[in-house]
Amino acid sequence: MPSLDPVVWFFVFGIVAGIARADLRLPGPIYDFVSTVLLLAIGLKGGVELARDSGGVPALEVAGVLLLGFVLPMPAFLVAWRIGRLPRADAASLAAHYGSVSVGTFAVVIGYLATRGIAVEARAPVWVVLLEVPAIIAGIVMARGLAGDVAWGRLLRELFLGRSVVLLLGGLAIGWASGPEGAVAIEPLFFDLFKGILALFLLEMGLIAAAQMPTLRRYGLFLVAFGVLMPLASSVAGALLASALGLSPGGIAVLATLAASASYIAAPAAMRTAVPEANPALALTGSLAVTFPFNIIIGIPLYERLATALGG
Amino acid sequence: MEHFPRRLLTIVTEAVLERELLAEFAALGVRGYTITDARGRGSRGTRQSEWAQEANIRIEIVCEPALAEQVAARLRERYYDHYAMILFLHDVSVLRPEKF
Repeated sequence: MPSLDPVVWFFVFGIVAGIARADLRLPGPIYDFVSTVLLLAIGLKGGVELARDSGGVPALEVAGVLLLGFVLPMPAFLVAWRIGRLPRADAASLAAHYGSVSVGTFAVVIGYLATRGIAVEARAPVWVVLLEVPAIIAGIVMARGLAGDVAWGRLLRELFLGRSVVLLLGGLAIGWASGPEGAVAIEPLFFDLFKGILALFLLEMGLIAAAQMPTLRRYGLFLVAFGVLMPLASSVAGALLASALGLSPGGIAVLATLAASASYIAAPAAMRTAVPEANPALALTGSLAVTFPFNIIIGIPLYERLATALGG
Repeated sequence: MEHFPRRLLTIVTEAVLERELLAEFAALGVRGYTITDARGRGSRGTRQSEWAQEANIRIEIVCEPALAEQVAARLRERYYDHYAMILFLHDVSVLRPEKF
């Protein structure tokens, strides 16, 4: 039995309870609260660290991470379109989901590395913000073409003001403005309880993933294979970029995990309104029922090993 | 007590459309509506509303019959092809016609 992090056991528990159709579920507002605290905590932590060393974010790194966000969906699109023989809109939607990021997965890798005492660059939440949107734009362009009839203004506004982006940036700003001394007052809720809140979040994510699993049968083996192989390939791309940018082993593991993760909040909402003919269940099922569990249980430890190998 | 005839338009659709539909209503001159969360089963399978991205809403609008037809036509033209959406019309009576 591999020694899983206790929070991951909560996730497994959620999946098992969900498959068994146990009468278990966090009320919607509690899920919202739990995910809000997680995002703020991650932002605050990064902000406090940034205030300590005030390194800022190198421009080359911003450019590299943005580019990664635009590039990741392209092979995903070609694989889904040519090999998976999906309709173009479905392939583009799938590519947007897999190029964008999952903040839940990010929270887990941050917790995983903290437990092992592996340091991560304080600006890691900025990578999440940089990676969330480009793949969605690329996916819409792949479905529609550059001249497509898309209400870009409204769409971009909704993406940049999306909950996870706003909470991460808000947390970063507050953490940075308060500094290490100022943040002491809010430590009990945001830092000390982090793992417990992450456990509750993952319990609910397990239930949600289990609820998507019956839909998986409809799409068959391709989606399962795609949902496992695409994150593995993307993680290598993320790790190589991180290594080229000179990030620490912890930073490499985080960027590899972010590249491997698939969106299940921002991308589904954006693709649903911008590319309505794409099947929404296909990408969401791949992201929630295959890739999220794969990354949480198997992927993150692998990416950490890859990072150690690359980063020395 | 005097009753005034109006039409009740009920729409059950994907929660992701909420903002867009409210903009449509405003453009068409709808003065009021009620939105509730909904769950159910239909031609697009069980829609459970457990996950925000797959949640459903039910929108009710009471208005003049002509406006109800206009809204229904607009929704049918723009959303029926790609979204989970049903709508139905009822004749109803109201007591304060100036509100609807």
